[in-house]
Amino acid sequence: MVILWTDALIFLLILVVCALGFYWHDKEHIKRPLQKIAASKVGVASLVVLLFFVFIGLLDSVHFKPGQGKNNELISCLDYLAKPLIEQGEKTYSAPFAARLYSKEVIVLDDGTTKWGYPRLVFGGSHLTNPDIELLPDILKKAFYGLAQGVALSGLFMLSYLGIRYQRQNKLARFGEAPASTKTALLVTFIIVSLGYTLIYLSSYYHVFGTDKVGEDVFYQTIKSIRTGLVLGTLTTLIMLPLAIVFGILAGFFQGWLDDIIQYLYTTLNSIPSVLLIAASILMVQVYITNHEQDFTSVIMRADMRLLFLCLILGVTNWTGLCRLLRAETLKLREMEYVQAAHALGVKKSIILVRHILPNLMHIILISVVLDFSSLVLAEAVLSYINIGVDPTTYSWGNMINGARLEMAREPIVWWSLSAAFIFMFGLVLAANLFADTVQNAFDPRHNS
Amino acid sequence: MNIRTYISQLIVLVVLMGCDVSQINSPYIEEEGTSSVLYQSFSERPKHLDPATSYSENEYAFIAQIYEPPFQYHYLKRPYQLTPLTASKMPEINYLDSQDNKLVGDVQDHDIAYTDYVIDIQSGIQFQPHPALAKNAQGEYRYHHLSETQIQDVKTLNDFVDTGSRELTAEDYVHQIKRLAHPKIQSPIAEIMKNYIVGFDDFSKQVSSLQKTELRNKSISGVEVIGRYQYRIRIKGKYPQFIFWLAMPFFSPMPWEADVFYEQAGLSNKNITLDWYPIGTGPYLLAENNPNRRMILLKNPQFHTELYPSEGEPGDKQNGLLADAGKKLPFIDKVIFTLEKETIPYWTKFLQGYYDASGIASDSFDQAIQFTGSGGATLTDSMKEKEIKLQTLVEASIFYMGFNMLDPIVGGDSESARKLRQAISIAVDYEEFISIFRNGRGVVAQGVIPPGIFGYTDTKAGINPYNYDWIDNKAQRKKIEEARHLMEEAGYLNGIDPKTKEALILYFDTAAVSVDDRPTMNWYRKQFEKLGIKLVVRGTDYNRFQEKMRNGNEQIFVWGWNADYPDPENLFFLLYGPNSKVKYGGENAGNYQSAAFDKLFEKMRNMDNNEQRYQIIQELQEVVRHDAPWVFGFHPKNFSLFHSWYSNLKPNVMANNRLKYTRIDTLERTEKRKHWNHPQWLPVILTLLVFVCLLVSAIHAYRRSAKETLQ
Amino acid sequence: MIQYIIRRFFYAFPLLLGVNILTFVLFFIVNSPDDMARMQLGQKHVTEQSIANWKQQHGYDRPLLWNPKASGEEKVTQTIFYQKSVGLFLFRFGVSDSGRNIGADIQERMWPSLALALPTLIVGLLVDVTFALMMVLFRGGTLEQAGIVLCVALMSISSLFYIIGGQFIVAKVLKLVPISGYDDGLIAIKFLILPVLIGVFSGVGSGVRWYRTLFLEEVEKDYVRTARAKGLSETQTLFRHVLRNALIPILTGVVVILPLLFMGSLIMESFFSIPGLGSYTIDAINSQDFAIVRAMVFLGSVLYVVGLLLTDISYTLVDPRVRLS
Repeated sequence: MVILWTDALIFLLILVVCALGFYWHDKEHIKRPLQKIAASKVGVASLVVLLFFVFIGLLDSVHFKPGQGKNNELISCLDYLAKPLIEQGEKTYSAPFAARLYSKEVIVLDDGTTKWGYPRLVFGGSHLTNPDIELLPDILKKAFYGLAQGVALSGLFMLSYLGIRYQRQNKLARFGEAPASTKTALLVTFIIVSLGYTLIYLSSYYHVFGTDKVGEDVFYQTIKSIRTGLVLGTLTTLIMLPLAIVFGILAGFFQGWLDDIIQYLYTTLNSIPSVLLIAASILMVQVYITNHEQDFTSVIMRADMRLLFLCLILGVTNWTGLCRLLRAETLKLREMEYVQAAHALGVKKSIILVRHILPNLMHIILISVVLDFSSLVLAEAVLSYINIGVDPTTYSWGNMINGARLEMAREPIVWWSLSAAFIFMFGLVLAANLFADTVQNAFDPRHNS
Repeated sequence: MNIRTYISQLIVLVVLMGCDVSQINSPYIEEEGTSSVLYQSFSERPKHLDPATSYSENEYAFIAQIYEPPFQYHYLKRPYQLTPLTASKMPEINYLDSQDNKLVGDVQDHDIAYTDYVIDIQSGIQFQPHPALAKNAQGEYRYHHLSETQIQDVKTLNDFVDTGSRELTAEDYVHQIKRLAHPKIQSPIAEIMKNYIVGFDDFSKQVSSLQKTELRNKSISGVEVIGRYQYRIRIKGKYPQFIFWLAMPFFSPMPWEADVFYEQAGLSNKNITLDWYPIGTGPYLLAENNPNRRMILLKNPQFHTELYPSEGEPGDKQNGLLADAGKKLPFIDKVIFTLEKETIPYWTKFLQGYYDASGIASDSFDQAIQFTGSGGATLTDSMKEKEIKLQTLVEASIFYMGFNMLDPIVGGDSESARKLRQAISIAVDYEEFISIFRNGRGVVAQGVIPPGIFGYTDTKAGINPYNYDWIDNKAQRKKIEEARHLMEEAGYLNGIDPKTKEALILYFDTAAVSVDDRPTMNWYRKQFEKLGIKLVVRGTDYNRFQEKMRNGNEQIFVWGWNADYPDPENLFFLLYGPNSKVKYGGENAGNYQSAAFDKLFEKMRNMDNNEQRYQIIQELQEVVRHDAPWVFGFHPKNFSLFHSWYSNLKPNVMANNRLKYTRIDTLERTEKRKHWNHPQWLPVILTLLVFVCLLVSAIHAYRRSAKETLQ
Repeated sequence: MIQYIIRRFFYAFPLLLGVNILTFVLFFIVNSPDDMARMQLGQKHVTEQSIANWKQQHGYDRPLLWNPKASGEEKVTQTIFYQKSVGLFLFRFGVSDSGRNIGADIQERMWPSLALALPTLIVGLLVDVTFALMMVLFRGGTLEQAGIVLCVALMSISSLFYIIGGQFIVAKVLKLVPISGYDDGLIAIKFLILPVLIGVFSGVGSGVRWYRTLFLEEVEKDYVRTARAKGLSETQTLFRHVLRNALIPILTGVVVILPLLFMGSLIMESFFSIPGLGSYTIDAINSQDFAIVRAMVFLGSVLYVVGLLLTDISYTLVDPRVRLS
């Protein structure tokens, strides 16, 4: 197993989340809003969707060198699972569920003559003998099989879950008695697993989202893009949080010259148009990589470095907003009676900060983290358009959209790359937005209505 | 702008929107009237329009219509042939020995110390109307001593009301050559001309501290005004290709008044410089220069008489290319170039009839072109329906994959490295590259020389025998097994590097890092994988890439060269040892060095085109094919589309001043544009209706609920 | 008040200096003047001499930050940084690396930017406030729920999709507007309708949500209850009290971004080939024209500072309780 920089940070992030979860386990002021989230149908449903994305992202974050020693390219677990998708490329564009190429070509027939027409695909629908008639029935049949198997599979999971519940509570736990949000969670899981299974099943016969210009499977590209989106959304916050928290609290609590310096720092950073800052930094990374070539022998490592830097620089441009919020809140908190009282009692400043101030800022931090997530995922697409986003070899929705721009000008138009990126990106961002809403409602005292 | 103009514009707008709803999507607002207007686009704003510094295709699109060097390429004749433009005849060429004595009779190359080009220009040619030439009643230049306040009031060149003109003289041509030598002007060809024009280097040093305005009083020893209409250029030794330079905009005339005018302090702050406002004798003048949006060329009212050529290639008559023979040029009154960076709008506007001609981007290709069974390209039905026409042309360029010959693995003269290079040359299947990434818009290169240039042949003798076999009267790429065999001979059995016992890793250096380049890079990787070689793409930004190339730190790269003139010398010099990039900063990017090649090249370059030269060129090709310092990639093929109303077009890679020959049928265009651009209002109306319905029902619901609460 | 403005003015100075140093360092880590010269001189026939000439002509032939060869204060002044920065602070942007005067270009290109950004802002504001008010009016009902879901959905779509989709449908399929382009004067409307519409549309999700929370906060307040108790109808309370009181945060929110409108919209402008400052910036990034980028960064920072100042002033104007000191 090989651990890339971003992989390491992802694992670190998971550790942090687990530690926080353990720490908050018996903290009443955090527990109550969490229970509120758990009770919200929308919140739970979106959380399940998010977890599903995270699961795929994690699969894609475990990298290793496949045996054989000859080919020293890195692959991830996801690549390993999706091997058929990677290897079964076509020559160029083909539509979703197509059995033939999208554009006409000269075909050499068996008897040596040539014909101008749509050639058959190498992989998609290759099991059919006469795709013109068999295609649609076969797709429906395969979809039905896939769905049936998916339903059966997820049904099995549900049953075993219910079985565990039954054993634990030692009474007849009927589905109807579970709280509404649990039912939603189960239902969403059921839908996702069944549909996901159907897609995977179908993708072993067809290109479910078609293929791109060089015949790469679009479904695989979209799936691979999930990790990029998640990494940008989460690691950026991991980077900006320490900056924002430390500077925000220090500025608010100590005031004076420290406050002045920190304010100067973030106003300066804020006043630079962030696109230009990002552009400059991305150029810098490229120079760094060029000068340290021996450290980056594989494409994935180079791309990973750039992704990490992008997170870093986005973190640097984004921490100012949260920092200002925290500073203002700290200013308010330090005038509170209990903090004043602690002062009077001679409690050390550092202890006041950690005991009294920080816990009371947690809700602001949490809300801003979930809110930032979706905007970061969206920002990636825009940055890729200006060529200052992730590495062009990285799979990302931004890169897909950027590439698909030109496909829209074709006639007939090639719509599937754009649509696939749209659907998945929309799914992730919508889930994140809905979840952010729930979190905000649960934590923000003003949103109690 | 005052209120009145606003009101009048508003009226125009209303009229446009009210009456002409049939073409509401037209991106143009001016009325054409009866004049014939050509609509073109440019994708990148030109950096220089000064003929001394400009050196790129997109800039030539403008200045070749404005400036006139003494010679030009014949529009119709092939192979390319030079004809006089402002010159009255082809130059008189005299060979001199080292004592400046004219050599006569059968001249031996080694006797020639200098060559004289004596050029006569036509009398009566006038410069375009320009403020720099404006004179007042006393005959003094009107705008050569501008005061600060005068300059302050000026925004563009058009704010100078008076213009003047004067006759073109030989001195203007000489003045331009002095400008080429001036270090402050930074002409890209100054370094080359140093080696040829006598006294160029000395002059350059002599004037380095002087202003441009003082050039007039200095003289270059090798360039002399002989009479009002005659001048002479003396070059070192023999350099038959020099005549081609004289057909490039670098050698256009420049009046000394222009330098005096534009050098006035303060004008450059307004972007009023020679780089932006040309002054020439050509068929067009630059009327509006807004590189942020559009450039407009207008017919030069002072343009001298030039007639449409009356002879051409066989077949030109049938194609209607001689219909205008003997008529006075130019035919088009006004050319509007609009800035268009994105390909989608560009292509769409062409289809809507708002651009008269278009190249084809790879992505819209199969919409426009289809290949017939025999491999030829024709237009698709939807294009034929619009009566769009197609022209193809193989460019005088080559794109190749170069090996850094200084590299220990792929470079050098060792047999093992040569075999490796040859194996790679077979494996990298440029036929596939052309079909995937260029939609067949290219011809695979068999050697250094592109079609259309002396020394090229498409027969069996012209194939690269190391990569191709001649089967069925066609060149057929050798099988990959042969490449694998070569790999084995090179010591890399199955691509395994004996040193590391792992797959051989090679590095591909490129500045192509955008998303659009990703498939290309993947493709290259796949090609090397065929031999078991692992290709690592090292993408960096352009500057870093250039630096690597300069220091020789690259291993494999792709590079292109666009021939300056149609002569094999301009291509083979890319492999000439003394042009090595690392050692001498020349154009030999792969740092190829071969004694045999250099010797042949030195012999070939100064020869006239004859049988002997042809043979030497074939020998040169053989040396290069055997050593394989390049994977000869392909010669790009240019497909251009144009509408049926645009005529007199003949592809010509060398001539940039084609605009003056072309013609527009305005009536047909207006007709077709109307037909193609019917706006579809229905969906808009439907959307509005749905919206109104929703609004009404919402109000209704609100009223009802309000009533309920009251009760 | 005037004293305050003057003081703010002096505060701005170290800020701009910081911005300038930062961008300078960032770009020169990456690019040496030699690189810039090569970039601009193109590929063919470039020699060391021509590079030296270019650097000399564009003022890049000095050391970057510190000139050890010079004497006295010239150690600082005879550097690229000093020479290039002084001009910026005097708003003399100099000549771009490709040879055009930046100041003249900025003056010319800021108007198209404004012509796109200002209508987008105003129309967007009107649409957002209207829909937010409607949602508040129907609060608690299914209509509001549907509205919220719609807003979140609209928010979750990348703006690129709106642009690509809008251009495709309206301009290409329906042929209602020119697909791209620009012209001076009123005729620009024809070119601007679509980008403005798309701009408004892509901002509507987050905008409506934001104003809705603003209004809801206001609705909960006691005086609104009193007004309602007085017997004013729902619409009357909304327009007379809620809207009027919510106007303060709305307007001050707008004032902050007002100066930045000049900077233009990066993506919209390049998609619709509008010759504004946004596309100017993108071009500069792509061609690595350092002089333009630095000028734009500086301009952006100045406008940001002006925006902050305007906000403070507008607070005092709308709310007499706030005093600037």
